[in-house]
Amino acid sequence: MFRYYATIAAHHLRRNKALGVLMVLVIGLGIGASMTMITVFHVLSGDPLPDRSAQLFVPQIDPRPLDHGRPSAPSTDGNFTWPDAMNLLHAARADRQAAMTGGAVPVRPVQGDGLPFYETGRYTTADFFAMFGAPFLSGTGWTAQDDERHARVVVLNRTLSRKLFGEAPAVGRTVRLKDSDFRVVGVLDDWQPQPQFYAQIDKRSFGRSDQFFLPLQTALDLKLDFVGSLSCWGNGGDARTSDQCTWLQFWVELDSAAKADAYREFLSGYWREQQAHGRLLRKADPHLYGLMAWLIRQHVIPDDLRLQLSLSMGFLLVCMLNVMGLLLATFLRRGGEISVRRALGARRRDIFLQLGVESSVIGLAGGLLGLLVALLGLWSVRQRPDGYAQLAHMDAGMLLATFALAVLAGVLAGLLPAWRACRIAPALQLKTQ
Amino acid sequence: MPHSPLLASLGRHKLPVLLMVMQVALTCAIVCNVAAILGHRISQLGLPSGVAENELVMLESISIDAGTDTLARHQADLAALRELPGVRSAMAVDALPFSGNNWSNGIALTPGGDAQVTASAYTGTQGELDTLGLHLVAGRDFLPEEYLPEGSAQDWAGINHVPSTIVTRALANQLFPGQDPLGKVIYPGDGPVRIVGVVDHLLRPVLDESAGNEYATLLPMLPDGGNVLYVMRTTPQQREQVLQRAMARLAQLDGNRVLRRPQTFAQLREDYFRRDRTMIGLLLAAAGALLLVTAAGIAGLASFWVQQRRRSIGIRRAVGATRRDILRYVQVENFLIVSGGIALGVTLAYALNVLLMQHYALQRLPLMYVPAGALALWLLGQLAVLGPARKAASVPPVVATRSG
Repeated sequence: MFRYYATIAAHHLRRNKALGVLMVLVIGLGIGASMTMITVFHVLSGDPLPDRSAQLFVPQIDPRPLDHGRPSAPSTDGNFTWPDAMNLLHAARADRQAAMTGGAVPVRPVQGDGLPFYETGRYTTADFFAMFGAPFLSGTGWTAQDDERHARVVVLNRTLSRKLFGEAPAVGRTVRLKDSDFRVVGVLDDWQPQPQFYAQIDKRSFGRSDQFFLPLQTALDLKLDFVGSLSCWGNGGDARTSDQCTWLQFWVELDSAAKADAYREFLSGYWREQQAHGRLLRKADPHLYGLMAWLIRQHVIPDDLRLQLSLSMGFLLVCMLNVMGLLLATFLRRGGEISVRRALGARRRDIFLQLGVESSVIGLAGGLLGLLVALLGLWSVRQRPDGYAQLAHMDAGMLLATFALAVLAGVLAGLLPAWRACRIAPALQLKTQ
Repeated sequence: MPHSPLLASLGRHKLPVLLMVMQVALTCAIVCNVAAILGHRISQLGLPSGVAENELVMLESISIDAGTDTLARHQADLAALRELPGVRSAMAVDALPFSGNNWSNGIALTPGGDAQVTASAYTGTQGELDTLGLHLVAGRDFLPEEYLPEGSAQDWAGINHVPSTIVTRALANQLFPGQDPLGKVIYPGDGPVRIVGVVDHLLRPVLDESAGNEYATLLPMLPDGGNVLYVMRTTPQQREQVLQRAMARLAQLDGNRVLRRPQTFAQLREDYFRRDRTMIGLLLAAAGALLLVTAAGIAGLASFWVQQRRRSIGIRRAVGATRRDILRYVQVENFLIVSGGIALGVTLAYALNVLLMQHYALQRLPLMYVPAGALALWLLGQLAVLGPARKAASVPPVVATRSG
């Protein structure tokens, strides 16, 4: 039966070539545009650390003064002041914890006498590598004692290690960052999670990577250059160690829900204890965000992209209404033929099925076209200068989803017209013609 | 022309008419909002920065050895740059419009008082007005004795001691509406700073519409950090050569540094707005595709109806309707459908705008976009239906005598 319906469908499409082509084109464009954006979204909302994200949390306390009136008071970007970060770090109440911020230093080439170059990396504390499961190619991270001693040690990412030492082992060698020598203790195996979730989330969270990691206290000691926002209030000046300037990110690892609850309790206790010292004057209301929840909260996917997704869905809706109207017109125009079939004994269900097959054929053809349009769309996304551009690829799941969406759109668009057409009374139509 | 048969005919095709009305409404709502976003983005693209954009080039110098006298080194660098052929003037700054690196301070009007607004601070060596090409509309330039180091190694303490400032007109109007800002005192840091001049335009290093794009102060503070931005003014034709010469000269003067991002101001601006330009292209494509699809739908449906009604059109022609009457008939029919869609679409456009404002930092839909969108859809509808209407008009009366 299906084959017969499909043959009829093909026949009608051939007879009304222009209209058939128009419908396939319209559905194809709609599916292509929306699948492009859905795929980009799917890729960007992926988990940067699938094995560990469930155990990683961002604690949040609000160190701002009580008066809301000052526009200079920072919004809650989740950053910590130096004293709070150090207090939580030394309390060590989580399984692992680390404070961090971005940094940039001039690096002097080891071999030859090339010009120094500028490199970005991270100033952090000892637990960073174990907490995030950063894969070491050789060597290890540094210890908490190194942090306290302000040790001049550095972990390189693979790209920088290659650039400095070629294929030779880097661990144990010395590299000059700005005007100080650092001992290389480890080399990471090209570790660059996307997005760079542990840094402050901004427009460039995708596509960014750190090429070196060194102890935070050492960086502060040597007055290396920091990267990232520094928000201050009060009249204490813009000092890094001030308790009125936020600029550090703080992450904890908590291996069970019970531990997470306990850590929340600890944060509340800490907040109240600080209030006794005249700090953290806002009502104690600490938060603990999981990694994925944090990314959503901080809008890691740029607003422009979300707008583009909404727009493409609106476009698909218009396309579907369009095809629905055209299908309805074609079905109703065949009222005579349908009423003859009804008079010859076809049930409403048969008519409905036949017309449903016809709209599915259009949906399927539209889906094929949509897939091409989506591939083209993703290619154009990859040409954008944004950091997320290179991630925009279609995977098998998305490929199937494209077809499912296309057939669904075709069937949905055909449903109403088919329902309307199968209500045509048998034979009555013949008389009126 | 009598409209009653027209309405009766539309009434017989309730469902297709309804679908078409909905499609036009949705298109109208989306296109109006897209046009508003487009208008806003394009206006941002054209914002004047206040500086002589075609004559400025810049490069960043990051010295490696801290501790040595940075002020003297900057002076030596600048002296060398000023001697280069093609360089009209040169100076060191901490930031420029579009350069990022935004240093914002809350501006209070009393010591220790609440900040009225947040404004960007620009620091730089002498001759900033002239080198950047800023237009002083009131007051004077800084005096040589007013300059002091910004104190980058002492948590930028310079701002607590700086005696004077030149502000933008936008900031002056915000702080002292209707008053002469010259001689007024503001508190960007701990100490009093007197306004000695006003420039007409100067954008902040990072645009933020909600916080005032032109809330900026110039402060007579000398950059004394290891990272500095050298700006040179030249002629538009010599920009590339000047950059090459400057790179070579500075590297020769002191190789113990990183020289980064040599670029013209035009490149800086282009990079800053790259994402917006992508977005503008996409929005244009989306609006175009929407209108095209809707036009195709209108044309497709209209030509279908014309085919379906060949006989009745023939009868009308036979009983005396002119070709013109038939043409008008189809056009008016389309006008009614599109009008219905627009009526619904305008409501939908505002609803969509409210939704968008909640989720994105978008502004209210400006009034002018709605009538413009409506007009565009009416025109589009008429254009799309022209072909089918002509076809309808060309149906000969003799069709009435044929059966089927």
